[in-house]
Amino acid sequence: MTDQTQSVDLSKMAEDNSTEEKSTGDERVRKVPAWKRLLHRPEFGAISGTVLVFVFFLITAGDSGMFASDGIMNWTTVSAQLGLIAISACLLMIAGEFDLSIGSMIGFAGMMMTIPAVYWGWPIWGAILFAFAGAMLIGFLNGYIVVKTGLPSFIVSLAFLFMLRGLTIALSILFTNRTIVGGIDKYADGDWLAAVFGGVIGKSLFVWFANIGLISSYDDGTPVVEGIPMVIVWCVFLAIAASWILLRTKYGNWIFATGGDDKAARNVGVPVDKVKISLFMFTAFTATVYAACQVFEFGSASADRGVLKEFEAIIAVVIGGALLTGGYGSVIGACFGALIFGVVQMGIFFTGIDSDWFRVFLGAMLLIAVLFNNYIRKKVTEARH
Amino acid sequence: MSEFIIELKKVSRYFGSVIAIKDIDMKVKLGEVHCLLGDNGAGKSTLIKTLAGVHAPSDGEYLFEGKPVVFESPVEALDSGIATVYQDLALVPLMSVTRNFFMGREITKGRGIFKRFDIETANQIAQKGMAEMGINVRDPSQAIGTMSGGERQCLAIARAIHFGAKVLILDEPTAALGVKQSANVLKVVAKAKARGLAVILITHNVHHAYPIADRFTLLNRGQSLGSFMKSEVSREDVLEMMAGGQELDELTAELEEFSRLDATA
Repeated sequence: MTDQTQSVDLSKMAEDNSTEEKSTGDERVRKVPAWKRLLHRPEFGAISGTVLVFVFFLITAGDSGMFASDGIMNWTTVSAQLGLIAISACLLMIAGEFDLSIGSMIGFAGMMMTIPAVYWGWPIWGAILFAFAGAMLIGFLNGYIVVKTGLPSFIVSLAFLFMLRGLTIALSILFTNRTIVGGIDKYADGDWLAAVFGGVIGKSLFVWFANIGLISSYDDGTPVVEGIPMVIVWCVFLAIAASWILLRTKYGNWIFATGGDDKAARNVGVPVDKVKISLFMFTAFTATVYAACQVFEFGSASADRGVLKEFEAIIAVVIGGALLTGGYGSVIGACFGALIFGVVQMGIFFTGIDSDWFRVFLGAMLLIAVLFNNYIRKKVTEARH
Repeated sequence: MSEFIIELKKVSRYFGSVIAIKDIDMKVKLGEVHCLLGDNGAGKSTLIKTLAGVHAPSDGEYLFEGKPVVFESPVEALDSGIATVYQDLALVPLMSVTRNFFMGREITKGRGIFKRFDIETANQIAQKGMAEMGINVRDPSQAIGTMSGGERQCLAIARAIHFGAKVLILDEPTAALGVKQSANVLKVVAKAKARGLAVILITHNVHHAYPIADRFTLLNRGQSLGSFMKSEVSREDVLEMMAGGQELDELTAELEEFSRLDATA
C-alpha cells in the first residue's frame, strides 16, 4: 500500500517536473505581449484606420448631419454595398486569385434580372434566380479557364471585365433599345424574393425610435430612416458566414493552403482547382446580390452599374490586411476596409471638401496599407534560427 | 507476408530514349533505415518518385507487402502507407503549425452546416506529434514561417507519421541544414525507426547517412552498385563507391600537386 502511494507520488512528481520543463519551454522563445499579438492580426490595420477615420470626421463633420440617423444609414449602406463584394474578393485573394470582372458582373446581373422581368413577362423571383444562375455560370467559366490554362487570373478576369461590360450594353440595346431599363418596381411589389433584396427590416422598431425621439422624423410622423436596408443585412450575414467558413472549416483551411502554396496544397490532397472555381462563383454570387439590391432599391438596371467596383473591392480587401500574393487575409478586415471607404466617401461629401480629394485619399490609403501588410508579412514569416 | 515491406526487382524507368534507372534491386524492411546514396544525376530522384507512385516502372516488379503493385498516383501510394517528404516539404509558411499539420486532412466535429475544423483537438494532436519527435511547439497557432528549416522538416515527418505512414521516404532532409539542425532531423529519423517504420533516406552526405543507416543502396549513373548491410561496409568503402570518391581522390592529388608547385616556386 505504502509502496503504491509512493510510486504514485513519484510519477506525479515526474509529471510535475515535465510540466515545469514545458512551461519554461524553449529559452529561445520570447514572450510576446498581447498588444503585440494584436498588431500581427491581419485586420489590425483596417480597424485602427477605421478608428482614425471616425475621429477625423467626428471632429470635422460632427455637426453636419453625418452622424444623425439618416447620415449614418447613408454611409453604412455605401459601405455595405462595397462590403458585399469585398467579402468574396477577399476569399478569392486569400486563395491567390483576382477577379477583375466583379464590377462588370454587377451591371450584367442587373440586366439579367430586369430584362426578363420587364420585357419577357417572367415572374420576378424567376428572373432573380435566372440572374444568379447565369452569373454563377459565368463565374464558373472564369474560374475554369484560370485553373485549366494556368494563366494569371488578372488577365482572364480582365478579359471578362470587358466582355461582360460590352455584352451588358450590347444586349440591353438589342432587347430593349436602351441602356437604362426601369419599371421593375411595379412588378416587384409583393414578390417574396424581391423583398429579400430591396426591402428594409425593422420598420416598427424605427417607428418606435422616432416616437421616443431617438431618431428624428418627418412632419407627418414617419421616421427619416424607414428601416435597415437589406443590403446591410446581406453584408453582415455574408461577413459572418464567410469569416466562419474561412477560419473554422476544412474548406477555409483549403483556401489558405491554396493561396499560400498551391503546389504544396496539391501534394497533400487539397482540391485546389475546386477551391478556386468555387470562389470565382462566389464573387459572381455577391456581385449579383449587389446588383439585386440596387435594382430593387432604384427600380431600374443600368448598363454602367458597378464601374470600377472591382478595384474598390480590391482596395478594401488590401486595406483589410490581405496579401496580394495570397495565403493571408481576413474577411472582417475587408469589411472594415469597406467601412473606411464608405465613411470617407460620404464624409468628404458632408464636410464639403472637394470630392476629387476622395481619390487622392484612396490611393494614399492603398499605398500605406500595402506597405503595412508587407511589414506584417515579414514579421509573420521571419525565420527564427 | 514477406520479410520486406517493399521490394524492387530489376526495376527500370525510361523517359523517351533516356534511361533514368536500370535494373534496380532494392529491399526495404520495417524498423530499418535504408539509405539511398548517389551523386547528383545518379537516378535517386527517379527512384524515389517510382517508389512514391509518381512514375510507374517501365520494366521490372514493384512488390509492396509481398504483392506486386502498380500505383497510379502518389495518393494511392500514400493510402497504402508510403509517405514521401520532398525537399519543398509541402508546407505553407504563412499558415500555422496546426493548419499545416492537418492540411488536406482536417479533422472535423459537428454536423451539417455546423461541421467545422476541430482546431482545439488538432492543436493538441499537432503539439503532441511534434513533442514525440522532440520538438517543443509552444504555440501551435504560430505561422511556420517563423520556424527553422530543421523544425519544418520535423513537422513534415511528424505529419507523415501521424497519418499512418509505414514507409517514410525522405528526400535529402539535411541538404539545406546546419550541423545542429541536421542532427535534430537525424534524431527524428531514429525515432521513426524506433516506432517500427521503414525509412528510406536519400542523401549524398555519407557522414549523415552512415551513423543512422542499417542498409545502403548505392546508385551511380542510373544503376545500382548493390545493397549492403552496415556491417559489411565501412564509411570509407561507401564514400569510395559513390561517384564522388574517385573524383575526391583526384582532387586531393591535384591539390598536393599545387602545393608542391607553390613550394618550389
